[in-house]
Order: sequence, then C-alpha cells, then structure tokens
Amino acid sequence: MTQLKYLDEYRDPALAQALAKRIRAVVTRPWTIMEVCGGQTHAIMRYGLQRLLPDKVELVHGPGCPVCVTSLEMIDRAHAIASEPDVIFASFGDMLRVPGSRGDLLSRRAQGADVRVVYSPLDALKIAEENPTRSVVFFAIGFETTAPANALCVHQAARRGLENFSVLVSHVLVPPVIAAILQSADNRVQALLGPGHVCSVVGYREYESLSTRYHVPIVVSGFEPLDLLAGVLRCVTQLEAGTAVVENQYARGVTRNGSAPAKALIDEVFEVTDRKWRGIGSIPKSGLRLRHEYRKHDAVRLFDVEDVVTSEPCECISGLVLRGQKKPHQCPAFAKTCTPESPLGATMVSSEGACRAYYVHARDSLVREGART
Amino acid sequence: MRQTRELSRYPPLMCLAIPGQVIRTYEKHGVLFAEARFAGVTREVCLHAEPSTQAGDYVLVHVGFAIKKIDREEADRTWRLLLELGDEEALSIQEQA
Repeated sequence: MTQLKYLDEYRDPALAQALAKRIRAVVTRPWTIMEVCGGQTHAIMRYGLQRLLPDKVELVHGPGCPVCVTSLEMIDRAHAIASEPDVIFASFGDMLRVPGSRGDLLSRRAQGADVRVVYSPLDALKIAEENPTRSVVFFAIGFETTAPANALCVHQAARRGLENFSVLVSHVLVPPVIAAILQSADNRVQALLGPGHVCSVVGYREYESLSTRYHVPIVVSGFEPLDLLAGVLRCVTQLEAGTAVVENQYARGVTRNGSAPAKALIDEVFEVTDRKWRGIGSIPKSGLRLRHEYRKHDAVRLFDVEDVVTSEPCECISGLVLRGQKKPHQCPAFAKTCTPESPLGATMVSSEGACRAYYVHARDSLVREGART
Repeated sequence: MRQTRELSRYPPLMCLAIPGQVIRTYEKHGVLFAEARFAGVTREVCLHAEPSTQAGDYVLVHVGFAIKKIDREEADRTWRLLLELGDEEALSIQEQA
C-alpha cells in the first residue's frame, strides 16, 4: 500500500521555506489576501505563516467561523429553549461559551438546564432515541460543510418517527458573504483562499462566477501549512499577472462539482433563506432553513421563540474582524477585558475564531509589539 | 474546571475535517456507516456522501460525517507539484529524508 501523502508531508518546514522563497520572487507590489475559513486562520497563526511571507503580502481573516457568525438572536433563542423544562439541549462544545444577551449556555446549565455537548449531530439523534419522553433540541449551526450531517439527522428523525427530535437551524452559506465583503465600499480584499472543506461538499462552481463578477483570483485551499502557502503563491501569481480565475489547490479533497449525495441531502431538507450574521448584519439568501415538510422538527416553531430582545456588548469589534477590516489585536479589549476565559465576542470563544487564534498563538509577541508602538 | 476539561475533550468544530481510515463498513437504518480510525481512536462515521468507500480508504470526516474520500492520485499529484515548486535545496533535503 502506498503511503498516503496527507499530513506530515504537508507540514515540511524546508518545503515551506522554499514556497515562501517562490512567493517572495513573484511579488512586486502589495497585495491583500483573505483566507475565508476559520480553520485556515487557525493554521496560519499556529504555524506562524504570516512571518514567512514578504511584508507586501497581507493575510486578512475571513468570516468562516460558524460559531462566530451565529446571530445573537439565535443564541438567545437557544438559551430560551435550553431553559424549558423537559428539554435536552444538544450542541457542539464551542457554542457553550458564546455570550448571548444574558450569559451563555454554560451558565444556563449551572442553573439546571440539561445542556449536553455532542461531537456529531448523530449523537444528538441518539440521545432523542434513548430519551423518548424528553424533547431533544440540537443547535444546527455551520456552513455547507456541516449541512449534510445536520440534514441527515432531520431526514432520519422524520423517516424513523422520532418526533421528540428537533433542530434550531442557523445555517449559513459562504458565497453570499464573500459577495457582501467584495462589494462593500471599504473592501480591501484582492484575492481569496477558498474554503477547502465547504467546497468538498458543494464544489467550486459558484466561486467561478464570484471570481469573474468581482475580478478576484480564488484559490480553493487546504488546511495544512504547505496547502496554504501554495494557495498564497497561486493567488499572488494571478494578482501579479492580472488574471482572476478559480484554481483548486486542494484537489485531493475537492472536486469541481462536490458530492452529489451530500448536495441532494441538503436540498431535500433545507431551503435557502435570508440570514442575519453576527457582527456583519443581514445578507439576503445567505442561510438555510428547514423545508415546510420538516416543520415537525423545527425548534423555532415548537418553542415559539421567534421574537427575542437582544443586547450586544459595545466594546467588541468582532464584526470588523470578521469582514477583514481589523485584526484582533487592534481591538482595545483584546487580551485585556476579552480573553478565552472571559470572552466578549464569539471570535474569542471559538477555536477557529480569529481573536482566539491570535490569543493562543501570538498574544505575547503582539503585546510586545503593542508596547513598542 | 470540570466544564473546561469537558470542552477540551471535544475536537474543535470548524470546517475542520479530519482524515480517518475506514476499517469496515455497515448499514444502519438504511444509511451506510463505517468504523474508522483517527490517530489511534476509532469512531463511527456516516458514509452517505461517499457510498463507494471501502475498507482501507481514507475519508475526510467532519462532525461524524465523511464529506470526501481522499483522492490518492490527486494527493500524489499535489505533492509532486509542491516538490517542483520547491527550490533545489528543499528538494535535496526531501530526498535525503
């Protein structure tokens, strides 16, 4: 059996240096590139990739953190549902610390709510199966990557008659938010590292029209250091040449059309809807909601939490961070009143949030830098 | 403290997908599943999106769902491209390793 070239090989330091050298040789002018996905931001910070790049190439961090962009209204709805008697509220671990208008899910749990962390939505479905007298609600957040798993659970619940299983859906889609960023008057982004795993599911055809429409190179990239550096190299090569097409750097994980069964599953259960993004605002047709046929499993309908009154902490600049306008350390609260232990915004909570990535991987150097300036 | 430990036990959500190797496949409630190995840990994985997956294949798994079977030919091709992009020095280091 041939050794799969997958993990360690894509972290090779000598080859990373060689790619960085290539990038330096290609670049003649300043360029700003946005990596879309929070997983990419995390890897860039973890491996210190920005330090390998020439000063002329700036990486800005995109909105691709589902925990970060889930709207405050939706968080508050989750809190209201979790506090209902007889409810088991199941969620990905990252969501438990996200601040709502009044506390987080962990504080609800301390007050007696039955909040459970699951690794997969399929685990939540199993909880529903094992607790037929309880109402089990799963917080179905995420981008296109997570949509097939969440759709499968709802589809299974309907088919197997698990009427005590419902979902609070806050799904978001990548292309509409990219379009919103690229068409804003103060946009700085000139090229994009496309979200590898989102494209594993849905393919990258939609990115071809984005690339043409806004004349930006988009390189669908993986999540390892060499994937990201190779993605940057392809971006700057296009930028220097003045071209704007979609390239697929992550061919081992992405095809142009994505996965037909996964897309069919999403389409069976969900339909496109307008969606509000935390820190960014409402974007038309940027989310998914349950189709009418699956309304029995719609937690918003079952628990009557359509109207909630929200209040956002004023100091947090996560909205600007999510749009690539500001870097985390430019926030006055960063590492002072806002830390992973006591976060003001979701970008500090989630392990893929840009503020958290800066805090974990670069806090000391950033604080030193700040002291000098 | 207890809560912090509990949270840290779970992998980050992200659009992170982790490669796992399929050990065996089976059907449950009409859906294809697999037992897959991730760096020493074995987990159940839904194969609905990649029904042609067989034992020995690697899949990219996100929240318990295989989103893509890793294409070995493409993995090798990307690797060769990266090596070509590397300069002479990096290539010689590769060969020695």
